[in-house]
Amino acid sequence: MNDVHDLAASVRDRQRSALSVVEAALDRVARHDPVLNCFTRVRSEAALSEAAVLDDAISRGEPAGPLAGVPFAVKNLFDVAGDATVAGSVVLADAPPAARDATVVARLRRAGAILLGQLNMDEFAYGFATENLHYGDTANPHDPTRIAGGSSGGSAASVAAALVPLSLGTDTNGSIRVPASLCGVWGCKPTYGRLSRTGVFPFVHSLDHVGPFARSVRDLALAYDLMQGPDRNDPAQSGRAAEPTLPGLEIPVPGLRVGVLRGWFRENASDQALAAVDRVADALGRLGATLSTVELAGAEAARSAAFCLTGAEGGTLHLPWLRTHGHLYDPRVRDRLIAGAMLPAAVVLQAQRVRARLREEAAQLFGRVDLLLAPATPFAATPRGDATIPIGGRPVSARANMGLHAQPISFIGLPVVCAPAQAPGDPLPIGVQLIARPWSEGVALRVARQLERDGVSTCRTLAYD
Amino acid sequence: MTGRFRIQAELSAALLDLPLDPAWLDGIAASLELLAGHAALVMGTPLPPDIEPAPVFNP
Repeated sequence: MNDVHDLAASVRDRQRSALSVVEAALDRVARHDPVLNCFTRVRSEAALSEAAVLDDAISRGEPAGPLAGVPFAVKNLFDVAGDATVAGSVVLADAPPAARDATVVARLRRAGAILLGQLNMDEFAYGFATENLHYGDTANPHDPTRIAGGSSGGSAASVAAALVPLSLGTDTNGSIRVPASLCGVWGCKPTYGRLSRTGVFPFVHSLDHVGPFARSVRDLALAYDLMQGPDRNDPAQSGRAAEPTLPGLEIPVPGLRVGVLRGWFRENASDQALAAVDRVADALGRLGATLSTVELAGAEAARSAAFCLTGAEGGTLHLPWLRTHGHLYDPRVRDRLIAGAMLPAAVVLQAQRVRARLREEAAQLFGRVDLLLAPATPFAATPRGDATIPIGGRPVSARANMGLHAQPISFIGLPVVCAPAQAPGDPLPIGVQLIARPWSEGVALRVARQLERDGVSTCRTLAYD
Repeated sequence: MTGRFRIQAELSAALLDLPLDPAWLDGIAASLELLAGHAALVMGTPLPPDIEPAPVFNP
């Protein structure tokens, strides 16, 4: 599949029709999704009709947007006008259809993108596996016997298999970075408060982010740029004006100082995950960056604080449904939500204070470095079926623990690009977190582009033609 | 140990007006036990009094 830029340019220039692009994407979905199970709903008729309308407009000489005719898909917790937003559950199946698109969905469609459908996820985004009791597992395109990661598993897998070139997901504790890592694609979790979450079904209000997946950094930056801008309906949004990253994307960050996170971020990680971080660090050193190893003090407690806050906020949000529809939840999700709602207030408030403390620690670190490196996941994709990973010397659930290196970072809202960084001989992909200071997504994206140009970080092309 | 968390689950459910199917109790108790480990690490983190909770209300 073409780069999104080239694809949109060819549609705008009438070298190919939006209809033919959407038909080809729907054909790929029809052939491969029965195995991968990325989609929970395919909007075939609507997408074809919207593509035909776009072609007509272009043929009349009307201006077409930067995503003209580009197929995309969204995790099924984004509102899509006319469809019920199910958030990976059956609890909301009878909810009325959304009246309007989520803000970020509307912005991509306004740019000419064609929405192909909605994507699978862990129920209510509570998990790192996309093993969904109601809608089935999403398979990893690199090895369908393995998990795609989650909770935005359908979003990452659909891009990895090139069913769509672009997708949207959400990240509360790692739900963009974990599946991006396990599926070997680019993912961006912006600064907390950067992109609007209006029309996105919440999980943990104080930790929820939205962001894009793509197969190239240029596409990732384009989608991110198009979604920026204030939205007064999201109370957590900063209201900052858009700060486009695409214009400076090819310019290396001068005098880049890179800190490789040690301590918590080197513990409980596989040799493959650590080797990936070291490969990225070596490459950046070769490209002129100054390297050091640094410690983010308090990361382990922060991970635990994120764990507690997630349970408490998520559980509190779900209490009304748990009272009336508890039997409809996946027990693995329901039990964690209920337990979270039972946490004492003292733990919740202390968790928020731990969060404030970690923010200070990170601010001090960013006085010395411009970018931090850490594994995105401790391991590559595990087999499907409630697999375990060894953490702290004992086996623990992969679906609950794949985010242990991602959680402290989202806990303090830092912007991250997840870069695919497996060695050429590795059978499965794994990602590295490129972590920038708040509001510096552009730095992470520029470094990502350098790594991509250098050949260290690329999406592998798979046989899903 | 699970017995303590089963009791916590039953008492907390009553406080929250949350009807529980008895079949759920073991799973909830296991989740409470897991959370208790994380909560201990959080509560054991020494913090000076001037560290305020992270969310700030902006009127």
